[in-house]
Amino acid sequence: MKVTLHIWRQSKPSTKDDFAQDGKMVRYELDHVSNDMSFLEMLDVLNEQLIKKGEEPVTFDHDCREGICGTCGVVVNGEPHGPESGTTTCQLHMRSFKDGAEIWVEPWRAAAFPVIKDLMVDRTALDRIVQAGAFVSVNTGAPQDANALPVPKADADKAFDAAACIGCGACVAACKNASSMLFVGAKVSHFVHLPQGRVERETRARNLVAAMDKEGFGNCTNQYECEAACPKDIPVRVIADLNREYLRAKVREEPANTKRIGGDG
Amino acid sequence: MTWLCDFWRSSVGGKLTMAVTGVLLFLFVVGHLLGNLQLFSEPEHLADYAKLLHREPALLWAVRCVLGGALLLHVVTGIRLARQNRAARPVKYQKEEILVASFASRSMLLTGLTTLGFVVYHLLHFTAGVVHGAGAAKAGKFDGFDVHTMVVRSFENPSIALAYVGFMVVLFFHLAHGIQSFVQTLGLNHARYTPVIRRLSVVVAGLLAGGNILLPLSVLSGIVKVAP
Repeated sequence: MKVTLHIWRQSKPSTKDDFAQDGKMVRYELDHVSNDMSFLEMLDVLNEQLIKKGEEPVTFDHDCREGICGTCGVVVNGEPHGPESGTTTCQLHMRSFKDGAEIWVEPWRAAAFPVIKDLMVDRTALDRIVQAGAFVSVNTGAPQDANALPVPKADADKAFDAAACIGCGACVAACKNASSMLFVGAKVSHFVHLPQGRVERETRARNLVAAMDKEGFGNCTNQYECEAACPKDIPVRVIADLNREYLRAKVREEPANTKRIGGDG
Repeated sequence: MTWLCDFWRSSVGGKLTMAVTGVLLFLFVVGHLLGNLQLFSEPEHLADYAKLLHREPALLWAVRCVLGGALLLHVVTGIRLARQNRAARPVKYQKEEILVASFASRSMLLTGLTTLGFVVYHLLHFTAGVVHGAGAAKAGKFDGFDVHTMVVRSFENPSIALAYVGFMVVLFFHLAHGIQSFVQTLGLNHARYTPVIRRLSVVVAGLLAGGNILLPLSVLSGIVKVAP
């Protein structure tokens, strides 16, 4: 098959003052594309041709190419990870497009995701949110007996739904407000349904929201584009969980100077 | 106080502010419509209802302050969130695709600001009585509480009646997204109820806007007339 590509080319990294830099859409014609190629393999073929011609290849992120690592991700025809639902870009195949199709390829667009080059964006904002408390901070000794801490199946399922998040940032890319609340909601929901995670539920909710706000993401307006674009089908229920957890945490928050009989220890 | 400011300034706190004030304003719209539907009853009934609302000035002003405060917070927070949202995407997509977002959800700022404009106009019109000679029309009977004549005289003018219809269509879109949105923001999401609430949101918005549209239309069509 033959496709016409319009790809965002940006040679210099985004800065606060000049986000787009020299970025523009560049048109490429690509022939002899196999139906069985993944979208990234198609870009590989394009890059080989560009290198042969002595041109700069298109930079894009990828790693496992198995749909589980969350590294790849471009906006294809206005949809993060392309037209197939519940699929990452690497698992999107060229059979999803018609022969002669025109395909627009753009990077995730958000103030919190500055473009490094072409289609590659810096997503460390998500890492910093995780570092603010999306984990259980207990010392890990020897693993305890598997059934020592019973977790109802329904709770485990809810936690797992959220834990399926691969942190690719498609929710931010899809959101009209570039909000990361599906991601943050997934982190909060992942832990709050489990007894191990419930210990730090309040500090986690407060710290994750504070970290998210610091990064300059937008605010959720309940349009649910994130849920539709998520390659792991994370439900917007996790955003309701986040809202509830944050409200609970803020209401229960004690003043920083509250005296404790036992001291700080 | 700093606690409250921090809460309001945060993204989720801002959303919760929108939701709580939204619930208050929504409940007001429901009550306001139920009161207004007395236009279809005897003119005395509407006058008695108006007198009842004005019986305790302290209570009336307390309610007005709560609603005014909620409206102010709703508008100020909404504008703040919208500005942040705009800044969060400095470069637009060249090709944009809407996956599931409704027209109503994408036009909340526009429908919200239009409704704000309507509220100001509506207050000047029927509450203060300073436009379209509404105040004079009200002063005639029932100790100056002739709301029936005031409303009918105004809506006999097709341009006023159609303007109200137009504003109610805008309010429909705002509420169609707003109702299900405040439920989600308040943290209520359930596999069984959420799909129902999303549909109900449109139905309730339709009933509220439709109920209000009924008033100017029935005056315009001559179903409701000034009492002889």
